[in-house]
Amino acid sequence: MTALLPRRGLAQILALVVILAVDRVVSPQFFDLRLQDGRLFGSIIDVLNRGTPVALLSLGMVLVIATRGIDLSVGAVMAICGAIAASLADSHGLPVVLAAALGAGLVCGLWNGFLVAVLGMQPIVATLILMVAGRGIAQLITEGRIVTFTSPDLVWLGNGAILGVPVPIAIALGMLLLTGAVVRGSALGLLIEATGGNARASELAGVGTRAMILAVYVWCGVCAALAGVIAAADIMGADANNAGLWLELDAILAVVIGGTSLFGGRFSLVLAVLGALIIQTMNTGILLSGYPPEFNLLVKAMVVLAVLLLQSPKLSGFAGIMAWLRGTKP
Amino acid sequence: MKGLPPVLITALVLVAGFALCALQFPNIASTRVVGNLLTDNAFLGIVATGMTFVIISGGIDLSVGSVIGFTTVFVALAIERWGVPPLVAFVAIIVLSAAFGAAMGAIIHVFDLPPFIVTLAGMFLARGASFLLSTESVPITAPVYSTVSDFALRMPGGGRLTTIAIIMLAIVIGGVLLLRLTRFGANVYALGGGRATASLMGVAVGKMTVKVYMLSSVLAGLAGIVFSFYTSAGYSLSAVGVELDSIAAVVIGGTLLTGGQGSVIGTFLGVLIQGMIQTYINFDGTLSSWWTKIATGVLLFAFIALQQGLVALARRPVAKRAGAVS
Repeated sequence: MTALLPRRGLAQILALVVILAVDRVVSPQFFDLRLQDGRLFGSIIDVLNRGTPVALLSLGMVLVIATRGIDLSVGAVMAICGAIAASLADSHGLPVVLAAALGAGLVCGLWNGFLVAVLGMQPIVATLILMVAGRGIAQLITEGRIVTFTSPDLVWLGNGAILGVPVPIAIALGMLLLTGAVVRGSALGLLIEATGGNARASELAGVGTRAMILAVYVWCGVCAALAGVIAAADIMGADANNAGLWLELDAILAVVIGGTSLFGGRFSLVLAVLGALIIQTMNTGILLSGYPPEFNLLVKAMVVLAVLLLQSPKLSGFAGIMAWLRGTKP
Repeated sequence: MKGLPPVLITALVLVAGFALCALQFPNIASTRVVGNLLTDNAFLGIVATGMTFVIISGGIDLSVGSVIGFTTVFVALAIERWGVPPLVAFVAIIVLSAAFGAAMGAIIHVFDLPPFIVTLAGMFLARGASFLLSTESVPITAPVYSTVSDFALRMPGGGRLTTIAIIMLAIVIGGVLLLRLTRFGANVYALGGGRATASLMGVAVGKMTVKVYMLSSVLAGLAGIVFSFYTSAGYSLSAVGVELDSIAAVVIGGTLLTGGQGSVIGTFLGVLIQGMIQTYINFDGTLSSWWTKIATGVLLFAFIALQQGLVALARRPVAKRAGAVS
């Protein structure tokens, strides 16, 4: 049995399958797909599309958490970068808009990374600063208004399609492949895990832990910037108050559901994105079932609790439960 | 004295800031403005007092904003729809909050999980529960509410010290005494110094963790009641983001986020500084309210950087001594 099933991720895949099955029951057309105007439509596509911002955030967040850190500022960074993209969209070309927005995300990430890696602040505290101030900065950029734009290039980023696949999904997939290739194609992923496992030991073993920590926060900022641009492109405007609001929590939740330990030292990109999809599938399922969306938060709370208990160092965690399922003692 | 220098700095910032404000707008230096400042920030002062205990014990409580939101909705519905006498509703919500906090504390201790993520789940739970109760704003028309909001102590110069401001001041004083003069307070510091050391010293770590989160949730519940007096309504979206404001107040007040050091007085000053920034922006009229967030962020950074520097200074001689011994 072990040969057939992946060692990790079985629980997440099972969870996704169960939730998909429930969605299919509450909405019989759930798996229907149709092609219209060169773009695929259907509930599944909708889940993927809506899940894109959180999936992108979780790609950056998972690396940060792997170093035993956390980034609370991603929602605020989304708001800043969305605001920049929306304000520039109608006066500048797409390359300039993207460069400005992603550059801003990079600077935000550098700031967080500097505080954590160089000044040695606790990650929660360090990123709290930008979380509080970031929304103020975003509102400074939009001057407190909701900035709308009509630039077809930027709108395409949120609503267009490549070979029938909506652009946000393609971007998220591309980022997953790119991140995966960089961290798993080289020793970088291992070094990041080493930093999270024991920063001091890694430092002594010759790992440039400061550079690692700086790099993951920068990447997290860039991912958040991309998510912010897509969110802005989706609604053709930037709302500094609500863009990315509470999404940092969803991203952390996605990473945790993906089995990445909050205590650092190991991570899985694919499972983090899977976690984001699980969250979105639940959200969509609750909407389709006709329950009020208010149930979302309650269900999320239950899921966080269940996953946490599974991850608890006091219980034997996923590994123990999987071993128990296979009929062997952990 | 524990944590005194940062508190002094906070006090200096408050006095200097107030002086600057008063220079530009002389009317700020009146008991009216100060009275309003206390009233507007009454719920924040109460909840930040609880947060101080949690943070000194080495934890964090992200659920307080949601507990305030839930409390306002619960109280409003209980009084207006279910016909419960206000006092019974207040007692019920305090008991409920205590149970909620105790449950979070128990999960944190028993399963050895990071407080950050457990209270995050609590935040979702409380906010979701308040949405379930009602998604619309429920006005409270009970006579108690008008009596309470009409009552105020007159201060010289025409200022009004309202009931909720008095409650807040009482909680702050109670918090100072509890932290400074009781075994409970000493244990909170011990817990923040290190769980293992505290346990070796004979502190019942599990019981303390449960009690600290219980205290925080009870004060959040009380802050919710105060908030419902302040707005005379219950709304499930009220007090969104208050957890951040209260953490910011605690940090600006000189409490170490790693735990083990801090004071309730500092937190109170931190709340006043935030209130002062808001008041200045209101007086100015041209600045928008988002400047509050940026100013709070800058202050947060300044104080954390300062703490970091102080901690580094404090550790240096210790490291030398340890080196000499070995």
